[in-house]
Amino acid sequence: MQAVSLNNRQQTQTALNDPDWVRIGLVSISVFVITLFLLLPLTTVLIEAFAKGWSAFAASLSQPDTLAAMRLTLLTAAISVPLTTAFGVSAAWTIARFEFRGKSLLVTLIDLPFSVSPVIAGLIYVLIFGAQGWLGPWLAEHDIKIIFAVPGIILATLFVTFPFVARELIPLMQEIGHEEEEAALSLGASGWQTFFKITLPNIKWGLLYGVLLCNARAMGEFGAVSVVSGHIRGLTNTLPLHVEVSYNEYDFVGAFAGASVLAGLAVLTLILKTLLEWQQQQQRKL
Amino acid sequence: MSIVLSNISKQFGAFKALDNINLDIPEGELVALLGPSGCGKTTLLRIIAGLEQADQGSVFLQGDNVTDRPIKNRQIGFVFQHYALFRHMTVFDNIAFGLRVKPRKQRPSETQIKEKVHALLQLVQLDWLHDRFPDQLSGGQRQRIALARALAVEPSVLLLDEPFGALDASVRKDLRLWLRHLHHELNVTSIFVTHDQEEAMEVASQIVVLNHGKIEQKGTPSEIYDQPQSDFVSRFIGQTNVFHLESDEHQWLKNAGIIIDEPQGIVAHVRPHNIIVEKKIDPDYSSIILKDWQHLGSTIRLELNRDDPQGSATTIYAEMPNEQFHALDVNKGDRVALRIKHAHWFN
Repeated sequence: MQAVSLNNRQQTQTALNDPDWVRIGLVSISVFVITLFLLLPLTTVLIEAFAKGWSAFAASLSQPDTLAAMRLTLLTAAISVPLTTAFGVSAAWTIARFEFRGKSLLVTLIDLPFSVSPVIAGLIYVLIFGAQGWLGPWLAEHDIKIIFAVPGIILATLFVTFPFVARELIPLMQEIGHEEEEAALSLGASGWQTFFKITLPNIKWGLLYGVLLCNARAMGEFGAVSVVSGHIRGLTNTLPLHVEVSYNEYDFVGAFAGASVLAGLAVLTLILKTLLEWQQQQQRKL
Repeated sequence: MSIVLSNISKQFGAFKALDNINLDIPEGELVALLGPSGCGKTTLLRIIAGLEQADQGSVFLQGDNVTDRPIKNRQIGFVFQHYALFRHMTVFDNIAFGLRVKPRKQRPSETQIKEKVHALLQLVQLDWLHDRFPDQLSGGQRQRIALARALAVEPSVLLLDEPFGALDASVRKDLRLWLRHLHHELNVTSIFVTHDQEEAMEVASQIVVLNHGKIEQKGTPSEIYDQPQSDFVSRFIGQTNVFHLESDEHQWLKNAGIIIDEPQGIVAHVRPHNIIVEKKIDPDYSSIILKDWQHLGSTIRLELNRDDPQGSATTIYAEMPNEQFHALDVNKGDRVALRIKHAHWFN
């Protein structure tokens, strides 16, 4: 009797779990990959940034070009993130609530920036707004600069970041359903009241998560911005662009100093993301 | 508030959900929209509410044509099947919501709101739950809070979408009676949707039976049960035995007491309690084998098997009170006499 039950237990264990060597093997590979592709680069950035000591690091960061680059990055994020969020919330609302022709087309279009290379995104704007572009002559006439100026950078950043909030909210709003909103309307609430009092509180964690990812991408975008910016020192260089420029001029401390700021931003984003996920789980458990 | 529906039709793609519905509901009634799944009853309720738009036809509330009026201006209270309580607000805030979103001029003060909310909580006997969140409540409690919330804005019509569908049987029974009493107290015109005919019979003062988007019959519970106007209503409400005159049942039915020299239709529907079962067999009249019986509380349902398998109703169900059955003193497999007291005829 006992022998039989022990056998059963062994069989259950092998049926449900992988053998030890598989588990250890897979975990080791993951750790190795993470070390090679994440930890090593991050540590290298920090080591190189402080290679000539703290004062050199601080001096690079306080150079006017670096400061201008940081300001431009912040400005870009400050403009693109709210716009993307507004678009994302409206698109998610429309897609989750209504049936209409062209709905799947809209959803596909929202995913488009993910499948397009950022360099192509930048090129699109050059082709439209550049000096030889479609609107080039008209813009020149009215003395409006888009390409090789800040507006172009913002447009390019908007293109690559606009799916983030929408993609986060669409499945969330579909899952939550619209009964609470119908209830609010039946009680006499207006559309806006319903949105701020009912919809928004229900999606707040997903929204914050989407905004966070959007922000990280807006600050770190390179390819699309590189094509439209023109790399004009002190004027149209974002921080990622500035890192490239510094590196190409053999100013390694400067380059890595800038890179360490960006890396710091990435780590901060990761920490906040984990906190938000944890909060969301806590909320669900209630 | 009286409700008039005029030529309401609604289609979802190729599916006709509602087909030219005309309905008149006077003020103060408690009406059940009853029918099988897919008959259009929820769609109709939502059109009355303003949550959906009919393709054709008009909705009148107290004489006003509200067909194009949005839900927030119709003065209706809606109770959803899954309650739709605001998950991030306390019970108190849920009920106060309708009062707090009123335009400034009509909005009561916080003290007045507090009074009103507590009065409603006492009405539904859940005052002690005022600071809990919806996910801390049981199903029955949630439903009562949802009702209190709908009543807070003093609607002229109360609409309930399968209000007890998601609850267990015993909670459902209690809440049904409770709703009926509440309606008597408040006297608000109420319409509720259900697929449970027992519920409709127990709670409503008027039942509207729907099938495939059309109204089959409208009447009081006893009218619907005792005088079904169509084959569908007769089958849907309560139990029925169905006999087709086309098959060779003439003699058998005649011997069972139904006079069919001039049949009033080709199908006879007989309710189980209209079948009399007796021990003494009379050779001139129909007899039948008693196969089995089931206890249904105060009545017994008898399962009777026809000898002739070519008949259309091989198993016939009869019902009688407990004491009568015990007095009969029969066993399984016995042959008993059968008489049909009354039948409804359909074509």
